[in-house]
Amino acid sequence: MSHPERSCEDPTMPPALRVSGLAKSFVVHAHGDLALPVLHDVSLAVSPGECLALVGPSGAGKSTLLRSLYGNYRADAGSIRVRQDDTWTELVGAEPRTVLDVRHRTMGFVSQFLRVIPRVAAVDVVAEPLLRRGVDATEAHHRAEFLLGMLGIPARLWALPPATFSGGEQQRINIARSLIVDYPILLLDEPTASLDAANRDGVVELICQRRDAGAAVVGIFHDTGVRDAVATRIHEVLPPASPAGARHA
Amino acid sequence: MNTPTLSSPLLSARNITKRFGGRIACHDVNFDLWPGEVLGIVGESGSGKTTLLNCLAGRLTPDEGSVAYETASAGTVDVHRLSEARRRLLTRTEWGFVNQDAREGLRMGVSAGANIGERLMAVGARHYGEIRGSAADWLARVEIDADRLDDRPTTFSGGMRQRLQIARNLVSGPRLVFMDEPTGGLDVSVQARILDLLRGLVERLHLSAVLVTHDLGVARLLTHRLMVMQGGAVIEEGLTDQVLDDPQHAYTQMLVASILPV
Repeated sequence: MSHPERSCEDPTMPPALRVSGLAKSFVVHAHGDLALPVLHDVSLAVSPGECLALVGPSGAGKSTLLRSLYGNYRADAGSIRVRQDDTWTELVGAEPRTVLDVRHRTMGFVSQFLRVIPRVAAVDVVAEPLLRRGVDATEAHHRAEFLLGMLGIPARLWALPPATFSGGEQQRINIARSLIVDYPILLLDEPTASLDAANRDGVVELICQRRDAGAAVVGIFHDTGVRDAVATRIHEVLPPASPAGARHA
Repeated sequence: MNTPTLSSPLLSARNITKRFGGRIACHDVNFDLWPGEVLGIVGESGSGKTTLLNCLAGRLTPDEGSVAYETASAGTVDVHRLSEARRRLLTRTEWGFVNQDAREGLRMGVSAGANIGERLMAVGARHYGEIRGSAADWLARVEIDADRLDDRPTTFSGGMRQRLQIARNLVSGPRLVFMDEPTGGLDVSVQARILDLLRGLVERLHLSAVLVTHDLGVARLLTHRLMVMQGGAVIEEGLTDQVLDDPQHAYTQMLVASILPV
C-alpha cells in the first residue's frame, strides 16, 4: 500500500480534528436487541493541509466512522473534537445546535448520494450554503454556476431540479454544494464513486486545491488512483474484533 | 434551513403534562427552542404530539408545567399566565399557527385579500392601499394569482387554501410559527409545492418553528431537530438526520423502518 508523504505536512501544525477512544455499535431492537459493534477505540488526528484516507475491507466501518465524525451517527463513547474559533468543540454528546453550528461554519460532508429536494433547481441546491452565510444571491449563483461548469454539468441542466439527473450528475451536484463553502474540515464518502474518468479528474483537482489551501480532509476513496492523488496519509479501519461479528446485548 | 443562532431560548417548555379525564395525553415534556431553530415533533396518531403543540401555543392549558416565551420587546412571559387579551395579541403578532385543515385557520366567508389583510390590521396597519398591496405581494409569494385577491377561499383548492393560510400567518412577520401537519391530507405534488414554499420562507424570514408531523420525509426536509413521541412521552430526541439515520429507541427504529421506499 502506498503512503505518499507530502513535504507540505507540518508536524507542528495543531490538528483541526482530533478523535480519541471513539466507539460505536448499532443495537437492532427488532432483532432481539442484537448488538453490532462497529468502531472500537478509534483515535486519529488530522491537521490543516492533510488528507487522511480511511482504508479497510468492506464492512470494516469506514462510512460509520465518517458519519460519526459528522454527528450523523451517535457515538457511544470517546471524543470527537473540532477546532473552531481557536478552541476545541466536543461533538460527542453535544447539543444539536452545537453540531449544526460546527456543520455550518467548520465541517462539510460529501455523501455518496444527493438527497433531492423537490422542485429546487440544481443551481439553487448548490448556492444554498452560500446564501445561508449571507452571500448576495447574484454572487452565490455565479459561484454555483462556476463550480457546476468546472464539474462538467451542462448549463442546460442548471435550472432543473436534480431529481431526474443521472447518478453521476447528482453526485457532482452534491460535491459542488459541499465545496462551494471553504470548510476548514472536509469529510468525503466516496466522492468519485459514480463518475467517469474526466469528471473524476475534475473532482480530484478540486479536492487537492482544498487540501493545499489548508483544509483538513478525511475521506473514503475506493479508487486507488484517486486515493494516491489526494491522500497524504492512510488510516486503517479494522473490522470489529468480535469473533462472531455480532452478539446479543 | 438556517443554522440556529446561539443566544437564549425563544421558547422553553418545562414538565408539560396534559390529561384528558384519566388518560395522559402528554407527559412531562421538556425542551428549549432556540432562535432560528425548527423543531419537529413526530410520532403516530394518538402519540400526544398535537396536544403538546396546543399546550405550547397556549390553545390548551397543561395540567402541570409551564411554557416561557421570550417576547420581542417585553421580556419573558409565561404563556399560560398571560391575560386572554395579551395572549391573543401575541398569537396575532409574534406567533403564527398553521392548522392542518386550512378552514380552521382561515375565515372562509371573506376574500383572500381580507384574510391576509386582517392580520396586518391586528398589528396596526390602517392604510387600505398598503394593506391591499401587501396582500397582493403575499399572494404572489405563496404562488396564488393576483386576480384571486377578491375571491373567497371557498372557491380555492385544498393546496391553495393551505398556501393562503401560510400567507395569512406570515404577513405580519411572526418570530415563531406552530404548524400542525401543514401538508397532511394533500396530494403529493401539492405537498411538494407547500414544503418547498415553507422551506424557503422559514429560511429567508429566519423563522423559528415547531412542526408536528407524522411524515418523516417532511420532518427531514424542514426540521433541524426532532422529538419522537410515543404514548404521550418523548422517547427520543436529537439532530434530525441523526435520529432518522441512527435511531436509538425501538419505537423510532420501527417508525424509520416503516417508511415505504419509492
